[in-house]
Amino acid sequence: MNKIKCALIGSGNIGTDLMFKLLRSDVLEPVWMVGIDPNSDGLKRAADKGLKTTHEGVDGLLPHVEADGIQIAFDATSAYVHAENSRKLNELGVFMVDLTPAAIGPLCVPPVNLGDLAKATPMNVNMISCAGQATIPIVSAVGAVQTVEYAEIIASLSSKSIGPGTRANLDEFTFTTSNAIEKVGGAKKGKALAIINPADPPMIMRNTIYCEVEGEPDQAAITKSVKEMIAQVQRYVPGYKLVNGPDFDGNRVAVFMEVAGLGDYLPTYAGNLDIMTAAAARTAEMFAERILDGSMELKKLEPAQ
Amino acid sequence: MTHEKAKSGMEGLKVKLHDMSLRDGMHAKREQIPVEMMVKIAKGLDEAGVPYMQVTHGAGLGGNSIQHGRALASNAEYISAVAEVVKQATISVLLIPGLGTMKELEEAYECGARSVHVATHCTEADTSPQHIAFARKLGMDASGFLMMSHLNSAEGLTEQALLMESYGANTVYVTDSAGAMLTHEVTHAISMMRDALKPETEIGFHGHHNLGLGIANSIAAIGAGATRIDASLAGLGAGAGNAPIEVLAAVCDRMEIETGSDTFALMDLAEDVVVPFMDHVVRADREALTLGFAGVYSTFLLPAKRAGARFGIPARDILVELGRKKMIGGQEDMIQDTAMTMARERGLLKESA
Repeated sequence: MNKIKCALIGSGNIGTDLMFKLLRSDVLEPVWMVGIDPNSDGLKRAADKGLKTTHEGVDGLLPHVEADGIQIAFDATSAYVHAENSRKLNELGVFMVDLTPAAIGPLCVPPVNLGDLAKATPMNVNMISCAGQATIPIVSAVGAVQTVEYAEIIASLSSKSIGPGTRANLDEFTFTTSNAIEKVGGAKKGKALAIINPADPPMIMRNTIYCEVEGEPDQAAITKSVKEMIAQVQRYVPGYKLVNGPDFDGNRVAVFMEVAGLGDYLPTYAGNLDIMTAAAARTAEMFAERILDGSMELKKLEPAQ
Repeated sequence: MTHEKAKSGMEGLKVKLHDMSLRDGMHAKREQIPVEMMVKIAKGLDEAGVPYMQVTHGAGLGGNSIQHGRALASNAEYISAVAEVVKQATISVLLIPGLGTMKELEEAYECGARSVHVATHCTEADTSPQHIAFARKLGMDASGFLMMSHLNSAEGLTEQALLMESYGANTVYVTDSAGAMLTHEVTHAISMMRDALKPETEIGFHGHHNLGLGIANSIAAIGAGATRIDASLAGLGAGAGNAPIEVLAAVCDRMEIETGSDTFALMDLAEDVVVPFMDHVVRADREALTLGFAGVYSTFLLPAKRAGARFGIPARDILVELGRKKMIGGQEDMIQDTAMTMARERGLLKESA
């Protein structure tokens, strides 16, 4: 079967973990990894796996895009450089999956809105944040039963799984995730909190989702909806697990989740990497299937004059 | 034979007291301090000559939440109201990156805040550069606040302090959030930081009284080179409270350490205004003592008592388990989660997952 050729931009924790997932895909084939540090572990791992690599940033990739038939690129750099990366690659007709908090394209949480998104033909989709991927499905599942007036999520992340990009940009993480809880999760108001815990051995990623619903919560219906949603996420993130809840206290629903990773790059505690990269891979596969069956055509975007 | 008393060697040192009643004290009041009471206490502190006072939700900017409780007013409302009555004191705020944002810091500045504690866990200073730099850009006094300092070594704390200094912090704090540090540990950590930091960078100490060492640790900190000490009226704060400011001022007077504050005025304010306003006597009760003993974040005290009552698990058991799992400040959701897991293990809660 034909595979869609992909480039990974960013050779940090996320880019490297994503590479391992793409190597297992039936429809995606990673052929390039782009970094900025010739000594980065990610670039070495990519070269070991037979990918072409450059440490000259996205400009080192551009001359090869056409010859190597790159149709999808994943950006795991930072919000600050994403817009420029996306512009350059879109001009060459490359579809962007954005794993930074830049959020210039539509926001995507696969079990919630990938189906709808794939019907449109965006050239850039944004994966929000690890916390967004881990919590928005639950907000949406509660919202499918009753209006969610307010949703608040708390992501506890192990210190070892958080790279320098995320550390230096916690505000962007907060804003992007809060916004997505409303836009994709459907809550009237959203708030996101992140905590970085240095415990050793590292703690597995934990997420707590609080939803305040309109009226008395329909406990049975919400519990059923949440459990069905968890099963959907488990199809691409097997370590996504309900620890406690749904717990009902007045109009408040509390759901306590844990996300164990597959251990592709960082060990299993770093479920935050997995849920982000697995969601990005799942999203790209959906678009790749559409490219392969001819229902989506990538067009070069003319540079702005 | 003379009857001269021994000297401490600290005579003549100057320290700046930083009152926490209207921030850490919010925890002890479940975030329910009315604006009028904030104004009354702030006015009293200002008149007593306390140079700094912190005014926000207990969890700081962005703290209004299910996770940290909803206060009676917004941070902007509290800060603006206090700014209106304060004449000499500097108003400060708490900002924990991951919870508070620069947008909220700017708003606090516009309301009258001129100082900020940028707080990270004691090993995660590198989540604070944006916020410290932004505070300095606004022209604010910026302290790096290394929470749960008992979980790092003196060397580790010094390394983190140097990072915060490099981001622009003009003060770095050893923050004993769990009230778990022993006096010699405070001395050791602050002495090492004092040697490593630039001479113009100040060192602060924020104590909790869970092991009854709030005052002793504050004095040890001063002896080791700290010039800023956090404290609160009658200790109004999380856990067994902060170092009681009126007691600290009295001890400083006796030791001839200059605070510039009126000790009797602080005693009156503590006794006549703050103590009658308390919901519970802030003291090292069984659970608060457990915090200090097990090294658990002081703010976990009241939520653990609530979760314990709801799920039938002694609060002390929950706190010990949270300490064992190395949960840190900000993970208040894990209190209910842990209580539910323990209740299920003890057959008190039916299987849900």
